Parts: sequence; C-alpha cells; structure tokens
Amino acid sequence: MEEGSHQKLVDHLFRHEAGKMIAVLTRVFGIHNLGVVEDTVQETFLKALQVWRYGQLPDNPSAWLMRVARNQAIDLIRRQQKLADLSEELVSLIQSDTEYVIQQFFLDTEIADSQLRMIFTCCHPDLNREDQVALTLKTVSGFSIQEIARALVSSETTIQKRLYRAKEYIKKHSIQFEIPVGNALQTRLETVYIVLYLLFNEGYHSVKADELIRYDLCAEALRLCKLLAEHPQGSRPSTLALLSLMCFQASRFDSRIGEDNAIILLEQQDRQKWNQDLIQSGKYYLTQAATGEHLSVYHLESAIAAEHCLAPDFHSTNWQTLLFLYDRLLELKPTPIVQLNRSIILAQTDRLREAIDTILNIPDLDHLLNHHYIYSAVLGSLYGDAGETAEALRLLEKAYELTSSLAEKKRLAEKMKPYAGYCHK
Amino acid sequence: MKDFMFFFRGPGDLTLSPEQSQVQMQKWLNWIQELTAKGHYKSGAPLSKDGKTLQGEKPVVTDGPFTEGKELLGGYLVIKANSLEEATALAFGFPDFDKKCSLEVREIMEIPAH
Repeated sequence: MEEGSHQKLVDHLFRHEAGKMIAVLTRVFGIHNLGVVEDTVQETFLKALQVWRYGQLPDNPSAWLMRVARNQAIDLIRRQQKLADLSEELVSLIQSDTEYVIQQFFLDTEIADSQLRMIFTCCHPDLNREDQVALTLKTVSGFSIQEIARALVSSETTIQKRLYRAKEYIKKHSIQFEIPVGNALQTRLETVYIVLYLLFNEGYHSVKADELIRYDLCAEALRLCKLLAEHPQGSRPSTLALLSLMCFQASRFDSRIGEDNAIILLEQQDRQKWNQDLIQSGKYYLTQAATGEHLSVYHLESAIAAEHCLAPDFHSTNWQTLLFLYDRLLELKPTPIVQLNRSIILAQTDRLREAIDTILNIPDLDHLLNHHYIYSAVLGSLYGDAGETAEALRLLEKAYELTSSLAEKKRLAEKMKPYAGYCHK
Repeated sequence: MKDFMFFFRGPGDLTLSPEQSQVQMQKWLNWIQELTAKGHYKSGAPLSKDGKTLQGEKPVVTDGPFTEGKELLGGYLVIKANSLEEATALAFGFPDFDKKCSLEVREIMEIPAH
C-alpha cells in the first residue's frame, strides 16, 4: 500500500451502484424476483466491505462490484438449473452458455438500458404517485427505507407499506420490465417527468426534512434525469428541458437558506453564491431542448428559471419576458399556483391592482387562503403594497398561523411589523 | 518494533443499506490509511466464510468454521508497534465496535535464536 495515498470512495458510489445492480439483476431474474435481486445486491456490498477494508480499494470499485454481482447471478442460476428436472446432458449444455448469456446483460449499454427499464417500471402510471416515488428511491436510487422516510418526512412503516403495495401490484398485474415503444413512450415519459420533478421538489422545497437529505434528493433527481437524457430512448426535448430546469433551480440551492435557517427571498439572495456551473449546464440543456414542435411546461418553467438565474441583479430582471412566459405557462397549466406566481410578476410590472384581481379570481380562493399559507402570504403582501393595511395584516396573520416553517414565520413577522400599529380587530 | 495481530470477530451477516455500507467502508479506509501513514500497517486480509474443521484422534472433517456465527473470525491485520499497550491504543480505531464486533490483540512472538 502506498504511503500517504488517500483512499476515498466517490460520494454515494454504493447507492448508485446499487441502482445499477438492481436494474441489471432484475432484467436477469425478472421483476417478480425483486426480493432475490435485493438480497444479491446486499451480499455484493457485504463482500466488498469484507474484502476492501483490509488494504486497498480495487482500481475500479464500480467494475469490481458489477463483477461480483454478475458471478453471484451466474452461481444462482447454475444452482437453479441443477435443481431443475432435466437430463444431465441438457443441464451441462445450458450451464456452459449461462456465463456468456449473463455477461451480455452486464455490458455498459445494457446497464443503462436496464436502469431505464427500472425507471419506467417504478413510474408505471397505474401505481399511486406516492408508491412510484418510494419505489423509485428504493430500487433506482438505492436509498434505504430509513433514508426514504427521512427524505419524504414519513415513517418507516408507511414507506414499507408503499413499497410492498407497489411490488405486489407489479407482480399481480404482470407489469413488464421494459422501455415502452411508439406512442406509449411519450405518454409514459410524462409520468416519469412528473415523478422526477416531484422528487426534485421534495428536496428543494421541503421545510421539514433536514438539509443533507434534501440536497441528496435534488442531486438524485438530477442524476436520474440526466440518465434519461443520455439514453437514446429517453433523450427528448422535454427531458432536456426538465434537466435544464433542475440545473437552474439547483444553482440557487445554497443561497435560499440563511445561517439562522431563514428563507432568503430571490430579491435578497446573494447572486455570487449561485452555482455558475449549474447555470451554464442549465443554459446548455435548455438550448439543446429547443427543438421539435412540442413546447412542454418544462420548457416554459426552465425559461422562467433561466430569466431569474441570468439577470445580473433583481432589478434587472426582465419582468415583461417573464410575464410572457407565465401567460404561455398558464395556457398549458391553468393551476392556482401558476396564477399566483403570475400575479407576483404583474405586481413587478406596476400592475398591482390587476395582480390582486388575478388572485381574487382564482377559483375556490377562500379554501386556498385558509389552507395554504403561500396564498395568504402573497395576497397579504400585495395588499400591503397597495396600502390596504387591514386586509394585509389579516392575511399575513393567517399565513403566519398556517405555515409550520419557522423561517417563514420569521419572514412574515418582519412583513407585519410596519402594520403593527394598525388594529383591525 | 514488534509485530502484533488484530483478529476481528463478529456476526457475518450485517444488514446495511448501500449508503451505510459506504460510510462503514470509508471508516475502515481512513483507519487503515492512518495506520499506514504512521508506519504501523504491515499486512492484512479477510478470511472467507467457507472453511473446514478437523477434530478428533481419527480426525473428522466438518464444514464451516468452528465458532458460532456471531463470533465468526472475519479477518486479521498485522501491525507494528512498540508494545502491547501501544498496539491496544491503535486498536481503538477499529470502526465496528457498534456493529457487535470485537477485536483481539496478540503479540506475534519472535522465536529466539539458538
């Protein structure tokens, strides 16, 4: 062993390798044998732990793991064949071919292919959204049940139930472990986008989960999206648009939260802290995404994020461009939250009254104001800007009650201060 | 400097998640790294779980290591140290105490010259 050589494993190497091994072995043993597959992966890591720790890491840890997994698969199949009620001649013929056949599954291109199959299986449209998310994290990303529970701010029992339910469904309905073809591919990709974007947002917006695991989630969603983008079947303009959106959002990850855990608004964020590499990647992928005839919501959301990321400071933000983009987005995605965000842009373009009216026109607004703090917070602060202090105070107080985030409470309290002298009761 | 052996015993069937395995792995690498940097590391190897035991006047061969699974001898390190005390102090770096594993430190005796 060389003196002074520092041996460090690549961050999350085991998790990523677990995802690869599970995907390849599932292709070998079938999705109905996911239990066998998971045991094999577990044994592979145990072996690595046993062997590597006494001296040196192998030159290529990743290849080492795959080789061990492959050999375990071959052993397992040979044992099965011995048990089968076949003539000795046939068994020996089959066995001599096993090694060659199994090796084909472990070729790099086939690994990527298997991983994509796994993503499509985990994000099968017939599964519940929450089951898709849990199963993706478990089998594609190599998260443990405990880690998934932490990431999704849920209990281990709940996650276990979701995984069980998903696996049973797949088995019972013989869901195929495959990459869909033809028209089905586009529809199935849509579900994959939703799950990946959800994973990313869980990490990006969760105020409950701890910082480390939130970061892991975002990084993982980005990695999977990249995996999709790098595969001939997955590389569509929408995939690249989603990937660019994640890059732009992730570039601001570190500057959104202050030292005292308070949320820092876009206007106050230190733009020096934004990750320029990620912004450049975002730009690159967005340019790549600009082909074809289909304009996806991810194209628009990424263009919006790009506008923010590329503005040198808050005041140079091109609000007119943003408004244009939000108008288009609203056509594709007429949801309350898009309306709300569009109203913030309106307010920035000196159309405060119109901004307030836009929010007031959101269907079922009362329900939203009473259940989701963000609506009360935004409308309240717009009323404040318009000088309607009583309404402002009433809504900001409502938002204060609704949010469980201490950072948000702190921010809202700041906002209410100027109106504190005004008693509305 | 004398040579010492570290024998590692513990359950052979830890269930760790990939991330936990990696964390544990890195702790070992760091420990070995430290022993190497300070000139204590000599060699080391894991022992396979498969084994045979031979026993009796007319030896009978049985499969598997002789001890209980939870005390399986998993491997060893050969360490250079000045004294048993120093070797024992180095053994405190063992990363698996919290995994129900134990470590035995033994001096390798030098055979005196005639």
